[in-house]
Amino acid sequence: MKKILALFSLLILFLSNSVSYAQTQRFPRPEFESGYLQPVTSMPLPRSDMFALVDVLVLIATLSFISWIILKKRSRAGVIGVSIFSILYFGFFREGCVCSVGSVQNVALALFNPGYHIPLSALAFFVIPLLFTLFFGRTFCAGVCPLGAIQDVFLLRPLSLKKWLQKLLGLIPWIYLGLALLYAATGTDFIICRYDPFIGIYRFNATFFMFVIGAIILLISVFIARPYCRFLCPYGAILNLISRVSKSHLSITPASCIQCKLCENSCPVDAINKPVEQKQMEDKRTATKRFIFLSMIIPALMIIGAWTVSNFHENLAMVNPKVRLADEMLHFNAQNMQESLEIEAFRTSGQSLEELYTEAAHIVKQFYFGSWILGAFIALVFGLSLIELTRYRYREDYTPDKGNCVSCARCLKYCPVEKA
Amino acid sequence: MKKDRREFINTCFRFAAGASIVGVAGVLAANSQKGDYVWQLDPAKCTQCGRCASSCVITPSAVKCIHVYDMCGYCDLCGGYFRPNVKDLSTAAENQLCPTGAIKRTYVEDPYFKYEIIDELCIGCGKCVKGCGAFGNGSLQLQINHDICVNCNQCAIAVDCPADAFSRVPIEEAYRFSGFTSNKKNK
Repeated sequence: MKKILALFSLLILFLSNSVSYAQTQRFPRPEFESGYLQPVTSMPLPRSDMFALVDVLVLIATLSFISWIILKKRSRAGVIGVSIFSILYFGFFREGCVCSVGSVQNVALALFNPGYHIPLSALAFFVIPLLFTLFFGRTFCAGVCPLGAIQDVFLLRPLSLKKWLQKLLGLIPWIYLGLALLYAATGTDFIICRYDPFIGIYRFNATFFMFVIGAIILLISVFIARPYCRFLCPYGAILNLISRVSKSHLSITPASCIQCKLCENSCPVDAINKPVEQKQMEDKRTATKRFIFLSMIIPALMIIGAWTVSNFHENLAMVNPKVRLADEMLHFNAQNMQESLEIEAFRTSGQSLEELYTEAAHIVKQFYFGSWILGAFIALVFGLSLIELTRYRYREDYTPDKGNCVSCARCLKYCPVEKA
Repeated sequence: MKKDRREFINTCFRFAAGASIVGVAGVLAANSQKGDYVWQLDPAKCTQCGRCASSCVITPSAVKCIHVYDMCGYCDLCGGYFRPNVKDLSTAAENQLCPTGAIKRTYVEDPYFKYEIIDELCIGCGKCVKGCGAFGNGSLQLQINHDICVNCNQCAIAVDCPADAFSRVPIEEAYRFSGFTSNKKNK
């Protein structure tokens, strides 16, 4: 009787284990008599940690070299050489991942999620180009970034875009940056990685969507220089700001400018600022009044922007898979709906519906606060770019715009001035 | 005079930018880890939906079925090898669950058979895993093969997984087998 009871309880134990598809020893492991040697369950190790260090060292070396090439040697050929090296190493060999553009998301995730410990190599890929830009300008963009390098190499016949169009499109990187930070900070998705147009080329493997956007951007970059860098790259937006206060920067002339105008149309990204004579400058009073007016509008713009985007916070939150699942469960009607894979998986996960709803509500709240900040941020960027347009600076020489110039060094050979 | 003032403001901003970059870097470095993360899936959460085969950015998928021999029952009627309602226990293609024929069935001794996975043929669809989990010991499990995985910053399968089974793990714990008793050996 006791034996039957024991067996029965064991059976219950076995059965209770098989709630999920988890592993249960229904059939005992056999004892082999024929001298059978069991094969080893072995799995190949991932790429060693050491190589991440190598990547960082190569990054530093390439950045130092290209900064020297651009600022001291002033050679376009050198920049092309480094670009090809970056395409081969950071692009095809490392398959374009981890890159500095994507590292922004890792940093955002690390700042808002103490459970995520950012790998030192990802942090290095974020910080090192910023520091180099602080001292030398956007030399990273010139030939080290694999995304920039491949666009640069494809450029054949640069067309100039209207100034207002450039300024308008120049707002997109900031919107992209804001969205990327929001989605990364809430742990939802890395959208920069998802919509990276060039990684399919570097991996030799892409979805149709990725292939199409990659092909379109490369086709555009044959005629319009660096479309991703100027109008999409979120890291470029940060580098733009930092480069404006850089210690040294590429200069078109090796000595001093003689205003010969030969370099005027030489820049494929239209980053050369022409001289402004004193008598062409605006009347100081009107300029000051406009500046004060704009400065007063900006807080109002920020509030409007923040309120507008916050209205869409639920739409933004739907990208998050937990929120989507909670929404699905809310609208699930057992009579006329079939269970999706997500609902099936949720049922076997053992999590209660209340827990799911609480988690989803928490994430939606995060998106609420985040979208207020996002809206204010975009409005601030818009307002500051309006102020920038009205700023009139007295300029004597042809100088590259420190923010927009990607230091590609194409303009250098146009300058007839000899080095002193 | 104007130039000096502008340069001074520039320098101030440069210091501010530099200080904030180094500050953020320092804060994050304190909570950082030396090694890189790799992706791995937890077989206990996996529901064998089949998305591993289609969502990976690599073709064929970096997710492969592995066989944890320690857990295997070596059954004649293997739940992961044979399709349901099979009449004849042979290696004929119509009897197999695996769509690519990636499981090799060999006789060991009576009544035990050995089942090995041919890595080159496995596409990570999970059909054998489902069968083994339902009718067997669950010794067939899906795992990311780190020889093939390129370790994307954001794993495409991780986003698509309905059971949220994918997570970042430190390199030292690159594999998450279930029910493993003997020592793991890595190639």
